[in-house]
Amino acid sequence: MTITIINSPVTVERAQSVARQDLHTEPWLVRGIIIGVAVMFLTVFVVLPLILVFSEALSKGVGFYLSALGDSEALSAIWLTLITAVISVSLNLVFGVAAAWAVAKFEFRGKTLLVTLIDLPFSVSPVISGLVFVLLFGAQGFFGPWLMAHGINILFAVPAIVLATTFVTFPFVARELIPLMQEQGSQEEEAAISLGASGWRTFVVVTLPNIKWGLLYGVLLCNARAMGEFGAVSVVSGHIRGETNTMPLLVEILYNEYQLVASFAIASLLALLALLTLIAKTILEGQIEEGQLPRDD
Amino acid sequence: MSAAPKRSSLPGFGLSMGLTLTWLSLLILIPLAGLFVKTADLSLSQFLDTVTSNRTLHALRISFGLAFAAALVNLVAGLIIVWALVRYRFPGRRLFDAIVDIPFALPTAVAGIALTTLFAQNGWLGAPLASLGIKVAFTPLGIFLAMVFIGIPFVVRTVQPVLIDLDVEIEEAAACLGASRWQTITRVIIPSLTPAILTGFALAFARAVGEYGSVIFIAGNLPNVSEIAPLLIVIRLSEFRYADATAIAVVMLVFSFLIIFVLNRLQRWAQTRALAVS
Repeated sequence: MTITIINSPVTVERAQSVARQDLHTEPWLVRGIIIGVAVMFLTVFVVLPLILVFSEALSKGVGFYLSALGDSEALSAIWLTLITAVISVSLNLVFGVAAAWAVAKFEFRGKTLLVTLIDLPFSVSPVISGLVFVLLFGAQGFFGPWLMAHGINILFAVPAIVLATTFVTFPFVARELIPLMQEQGSQEEEAAISLGASGWRTFVVVTLPNIKWGLLYGVLLCNARAMGEFGAVSVVSGHIRGETNTMPLLVEILYNEYQLVASFAIASLLALLALLTLIAKTILEGQIEEGQLPRDD
Repeated sequence: MSAAPKRSSLPGFGLSMGLTLTWLSLLILIPLAGLFVKTADLSLSQFLDTVTSNRTLHALRISFGLAFAAALVNLVAGLIIVWALVRYRFPGRRLFDAIVDIPFALPTAVAGIALTTLFAQNGWLGAPLASLGIKVAFTPLGIFLAMVFIGIPFVVRTVQPVLIDLDVEIEEAAACLGASRWQTITRVIIPSLTPAILTGFALAFARAVGEYGSVIFIAGNLPNVSEIAPLLIVIRLSEFRYADATAIAVVMLVFSFLIIFVLNRLQRWAQTRALAVS
């Protein structure tokens, strides 16, 4: 279409920049249609549902909204969600750092398999992630009878909710750290060790500052999923009101009882969490890129 | 692990590897293995009866069939979105770029009730569609739309970095050699993107097959009409038919892994081909 510019007697650089513009752009009509379809699609599927959550939540006024959030069931759901997230994220944080250290700093056989296994929870349905714990700790489960005889409650109680959440959010931190630490290599750590630093000191003083943004990024994503997990938690929670309902489960219960505004009020808190996570993620991505820039020199 | 760390003089291999393997086994591998052990409670004929009952087959067909269709839509829409975001400048581009991740970050239950309200007969989009005679909420079409929603980020986010890094000189070379823009796109750009496209497709598909939260509200959940396989597992569990629930779960897992395995091979094949092209 626009090959004629090749023959124009301008400098190579200019020709390249002109060529770049022309060869990279479709006719304005095609361009308009592509942008239009992309924007329409995202508006219908993403923007509208998001706006709807907040507009439904506030549809009976701010007073009603606040009273829905201050309800004792809502408060206990918020509390349980926070506790669950703190425990799951901490567990996966320790695991993620350990896994990334092993995978990124050492060579061993079966590494690919290990990384695949770490990613496994991503391809398992949330319902199945809950089901496995029902099979372990339920009345007909492997440990169920023993647990019952000793009066220990795991299923339909907080421990199973924490376990299911930890299962589902298992890969998040490791997944962020492994590529980051692989890219950074281990020269800095080796230098520290050869200068006589202990392994732990090397990790805290050398590695941790290098991976802090990636670590925070993984923790944020892990936390967002932990607070919002529905399927897995729904299977193991038992839905005991005021005791084993997390925020997403309370959203479902209120919705099914036609308390729509209250349901959307809780949902709006979760949506807010998602938005804040995304904003923080965007900022962190900038930080991670900046942190890697000097390394390229 | 006996394999000695070769190049590294760093400490902590034993500790970090031990911690990783212990945690992985206790939390992921042993519970998942329990799934397969539990299926052994059923005799082979019982297992087959469970999995080939009409209701189960229908639920599996709904989950896998609609997930496949939704992932295809995600593939096409994802390519259009990623092209617009990477190659064009338009007002609000950065905002729309950030918005792509929302289906991934928004808790599924929230997405579920929002989509249901949006597409209900009196909803913002449901009402105009209903006047056209299209019923979305509480039908398989609703399930499909919820699966499309949940799969949006995958194709976009896997293809985006590849398209950004794509060497513009290859396109220029193709154009200089007389290729039309369309030929450049279909013969040069798309083949280089294919591995990433397949990865995104596989991720979107896997996510939609197992999806529960964002689907059950809009599905209507009528047995043999709009019941997804994960919901059938939940129903069997609530009836205390653990072995039946487990049988369906095993079939789902095996099928998903098979499909992901095939797509992985396909992706590798496309990668070697893409290298050959460039």
